[in-house]
Amino acid sequence: MEEYILKVFSKSILRYFDAVAGGGAVLGTPYLGGESESAGLGFSAVIGISGTYRGNIYYTASREKLHALLPALGESQPDDTLCAELVGEITNTISGNAREQLGAGFMISTPFILEARPLSVHATRHAALYVLPVNWRQFASRVLISLSKEVDAAPSPTTR
Amino acid sequence: MKLLIVDDSLIMRRAIERCLSGNRFTEIRVANNGRAAVEEFARFQPDVVTMDITMPEMDGLTAVERILRNNPKAIILIVSALADKSTAVEAIKRGAAGFLLKPITIESIQEALDDILSD
Repeated sequence: MEEYILKVFSKSILRYFDAVAGGGAVLGTPYLGGESESAGLGFSAVIGISGTYRGNIYYTASREKLHALLPALGESQPDDTLCAELVGEITNTISGNAREQLGAGFMISTPFILEARPLSVHATRHAALYVLPVNWRQFASRVLISLSKEVDAAPSPTTR
Repeated sequence: MKLLIVDDSLIMRRAIERCLSGNRFTEIRVANNGRAAVEEFARFQPDVVTMDITMPEMDGLTAVERILRNNPKAIILIVSALADKSTAVEAIKRGAAGFLLKPITIESIQEALDDILSD
């Protein structure tokens, strides 16, 4: 299940950077986070997942990365408000796009923005926390995924 | 023509406005949730609405229904990150004129509007 979920989110992330920034995103090797991962890079957002899965999706990026990305969206004067909005929108877009493979039962909340606060991420009960590094130009960011499949939900499609 | 942009993300509202202002729309207003969209539609009477789905207070699909109940000829383009087919089908069933998947580009939103306005 974990490998399939990581592939789904990898596809969503690459699609985002392809559309918005003309590509250039490179994914690092995913790794298991600790029980309480301190992974914040400056601006972070979290989306709650319910339905066929339960847990959270986080996206965290540095101010420098967001300032470099905002002009690609037409924002010529990046500031902290726009940085916070952008991490929320990225989290929303990659989570919503994941429904292409995970279906409408993968229900997402509106993003909650953790602006310029230390990010301490806790794994969902009975689920590991995976950290997926996302590099774009010289800037690092991370997607953090902690999901458990609900017992009554259908099985994950076979990984291809 | 008048355009109402509905999205809870400031980044998206501004991006869509930049994509479409000076194009065919002379007057543009925004709303940040479905409830505000229903109210603003009644005041503004736009020719076209772009509508997100996942928003606080009232989601976009409910707002589409409410707007169309009072204005059956309203032209509403859903602009959402929800990529499953059933959501797009549900949006069209509820009366949306089209569905555009985020992330958007200038070309994709202009093409989507061309399609729904040519129908």
